[in-house]
Amino acid sequence: MKILTISFALLLSFSAVSGGVSVEDFPNDDGSSLIVRWNSTVNTEAAGYYVYRQDNPEDGYFLLSRIASPAETLFVDYDPRYPLSAGMNVSYKIVAISHEEEELEILGESSVFSSSASFFNGTKTNTFFATVIAFGLILYFINTIKKGKSLFIRKIAGLDALDEAVGRATEMGRPVLYVTGLGYMEDIATVASVNILGPVAKKVAEYESTILVPNFDPIVYTVTSEVVKEAYLEAGRPDAYNPDQVFFISEHQFAYVAAVNGIMLREKPATNLFLGMFYAESLLLAETGNQTGAIQIAGTDAVTQLPFFVTSCDYTLIGEELYAASAYLSRDPVLCATIKAQDIEKGLLMILLVSLSILSILNVFFFKSDIVWRLISAFFRVE
Amino acid sequence: MFLKRTLPLLIVFLLGLAMIIQFYIPHPVSQNFYDSMAEWVRISGAFALILGLSSFFYVHTRKLARKNKDSFYSGVAILCLIGMAGIGIFGRGGINGWLFSNLYRSIIVPLDATMFSLLSFYIASAAFKAFKARNAMAFALLVTAIIVMLGRVSFGSFLDGIVEWILVYPNTAAQRGIILGIGLGMIATSLKIILGIERSYLGGGD
Repeated sequence: MKILTISFALLLSFSAVSGGVSVEDFPNDDGSSLIVRWNSTVNTEAAGYYVYRQDNPEDGYFLLSRIASPAETLFVDYDPRYPLSAGMNVSYKIVAISHEEEELEILGESSVFSSSASFFNGTKTNTFFATVIAFGLILYFINTIKKGKSLFIRKIAGLDALDEAVGRATEMGRPVLYVTGLGYMEDIATVASVNILGPVAKKVAEYESTILVPNFDPIVYTVTSEVVKEAYLEAGRPDAYNPDQVFFISEHQFAYVAAVNGIMLREKPATNLFLGMFYAESLLLAETGNQTGAIQIAGTDAVTQLPFFVTSCDYTLIGEELYAASAYLSRDPVLCATIKAQDIEKGLLMILLVSLSILSILNVFFFKSDIVWRLISAFFRVE
Repeated sequence: MFLKRTLPLLIVFLLGLAMIIQFYIPHPVSQNFYDSMAEWVRISGAFALILGLSSFFYVHTRKLARKNKDSFYSGVAILCLIGMAGIGIFGRGGINGWLFSNLYRSIIVPLDATMFSLLSFYIASAAFKAFKARNAMAFALLVTAIIVMLGRVSFGSFLDGIVEWILVYPNTAAQRGIILGIGLGMIATSLKIILGIERSYLGGGD
C-alpha cells in the first residue's frame, strides 16, 4: 500500500511548486514519511540532486539521498536507515549536482517541518465501508431471526454425510481421523475446523467410537484437546475420553504428513476428515486415505488444494462451506442467520460485478473513457 | 463458569474489536499495539510448545511401554528429538555447528525431499481417477486438462494461446468466485466469534 501511495505521490510531482523547497506530510501513514518538493534547476550542467536532511541543528545536514535526474522535483523521505517519526523536527536542503557529482548550486532549504501520524488510513476507506456493510447485514439477519423468522439453508452433501461417516466407523470398530491441517489458531480456516470438531467429537462420543486428532501446531493442539474433552463431557461420556486421542506430532510439514499417513496405514481409520488449512500435503494425505478405503470428507479455503481433495475424497466442502459447517451442523438459528447474510452479500457483489462489467464494455464500445470518468467523478465527487 | 466462559468471551470481544479498529489506524500507538499483540502470540506459542512436547513424550512413552511391533519407531522418534535438541543446544557451534548442520542437511532435507517427491506419483494417480469421461462435465474437464497439459510441454507450444485463455479467463473467474465466498465466510466467522455467537472453539456447548 505504501508503494502505491508513493507512486501516487510521484505522479503528483508534475504539479508546480511555488519557489524554494517545500515539505509536506505524507498522507495516511504513521508519521514515518515526508514529501519534499523543489523547483527544478535551470543549470544545464546539472545531472541530478543531493537531498540533505537536518534532524538536529547542532549536528547539521547529512546526505540523505541522490536523485539521478535533473527533471525530478519530488522526493519521498522513507528510508529505514534514517527513520522519521511523528513529531520529529526536520529540515531539508536540495543541492544540484553535476555528472561528476560536484555540487553546483543550492536550490534552497526548507523551513523546519514535523511529520504527523494519521488517525485514519484513507486508502482503506473502501475496505471500511465494505466491512461496515458486511457486519451490518449479519447483525440485521441475526436480529431478524431473533424475531422468529425462519430461514432456508440448502443441503450440503459433505456435512449430511458426517453422521453416516461416524456411524460407519462405529460399525467397523475403527477410529475416525480428524486432521485440522497445517494452519495456526490465527487462521480462520483452522478456527472453522475446530468449530466442526466439537460436534463431530460429540457424535463420536455418543456412538462410543474413537476419534484421533493429530496436530501440527502446539496451540491448535491445546485447543483441540480441550474441545474433544468438552465434547465427551457434553455427550455424557467423560470416562471414555482418552488423552491419547488428541496429540501433537511435529511443526515440520512433511514429518507431520509422514506421521499422519503412518496412522492411516496402521490404524486404518474408517473415516478421514481433512478440514482446515492445507498446502502441498493435501494430496499426500487424501490419496493415502483413499488407498486405505476410508470414507473421506475434506474442506479447505486453500483454492489451489481444492482440486486434489475433489479428486481423492468422497465429499469436499468448497471454501465458504467450511465456514458454514458449524452453523449447518448445530442448526442454531442465530448462526444460520449469518449464512443468509453472506448470501445477500454475495448477491450484492454479483450485481456490482455485472453492472461494472457492463459499464466497462459500454466504455470500450460507445464512450470515450474520459467522459465516463468525468460522469463517475461528478456523481461520486471523486477528485 | 466466569473464568471458563465469560472471561474468554470478553477478552475475545474486546481484542477482536480492538484489532479491527487497529487495522484502520496507522498511528504509532496503534502499530505498537499490533506489534505487542503479535509478540504475545509468539510468547503463548512458546508455552504451548511445552504442552505439545509433553504430549509427544506422553504418547510415545506409552507406545514404548506397550511393547508392540511399532514401539521401536516411538523409541526412534524420542531419540531423534532428544538427540537433535541436545546437539543444537549443547553441541559445539549450536545449531550452526558442523554436526547439527550435517544431520539436518543429510537426514531431514532428504527425508523432506522424499515425501515431497511422492507427490508426483500421487498426482498421476489422482489425475487418472479424475480424468474419466463419466458425463458431459467430466468430459469437458478431460478435454480441458489434455489441452492444458499438452500446452505445457515442449511440442505443445502451438496450444499456448488457448492454454493462456483457459488459465486467465474461465480458471481465474472460477477461482475468484470461490475466493469471494471465502472472504465473506471469513468476515462472518470473525464476527460470530467476536460477538460470542460462535463458541464451539471454547469446547462444549453453552
